[in-house]
Amino acid sequence: MRIRYFAWVRERVGSPEETIELPEGIASVRDLIAWLAGRDEGHAAAFAEPDVIRAAIDLEHVDHDTPLAGAREVAFFPPMTGG
Amino acid sequence: MTGVPEWKPAIRVQPEPFDAAAEARRMTEGRKDLGALVSFVGLCRDEGGTLEALELEHYPGMAEEAIGAIAREAAERWPVAAITIIHRYGRIAPGEPIVVVLAASAHREAAFEAASFLMDFLKTRAPFWKKEHRRDAGPGDWVAAKASDDAAAGRWRPARGAK
Repeated sequence: MRIRYFAWVRERVGSPEETIELPEGIASVRDLIAWLAGRDEGHAAAFAEPDVIRAAIDLEHVDHDTPLAGAREVAFFPPMTGG
Repeated sequence: MTGVPEWKPAIRVQPEPFDAAAEARRMTEGRKDLGALVSFVGLCRDEGGTLEALELEHYPGMAEEAIGAIAREAAERWPVAAITIIHRYGRIAPGEPIVVVLAASAHREAAFEAASFLMDFLKTRAPFWKKEHRRDAGPGDWVAAKASDDAAAGRWRPARGAK
């Protein structure tokens, strides 16, 4: 599964993207955030406040309860500041 | 709700500057059914002379998708006849345009409301992030999302049948 990061989430993780093998038992976006936060210091800093993090699955906004089943690309980023 | 329109909104996500007046001419050229055109241009301001530039990061692919979804929703909620949205990314200097929203309709109310709705949702739903480069300190902080922007988007009640 391709994981992408943007803005300060990307900076804290230290990489714009990575490919992971989804471990068993990681079923939702919330599960994935908790699992990623335990990978290393950078991930922990990026996901220190999980409620702030926005997520998208295959280019569509999703909430943290959304299941990951069938997802090819999951992205994490701060609240948007466009316009 | 006015149903799904037959026309498609014109959407571009690009690093280059744009000419809002030329885009407006292109959108309205040869048309005699339009009674109103609302044009909104968002500019990079210098924050009292302290800002050197804004750096806009975006999520390629999702940016176009999200803007398209917002434009389709506007077209379903108001009887607009044409929409153009251009959003830039990359480094943008004070005085330069960042975004243009053009909404045209037979009567002004739909064009005003659609343009306002589009901007509120671009600010809160389109995957763009601004980083400030300060004159005195170089690359600085990411601009924080504003509660006032969320409140502005929240004043539009969900369209019937919307997810």
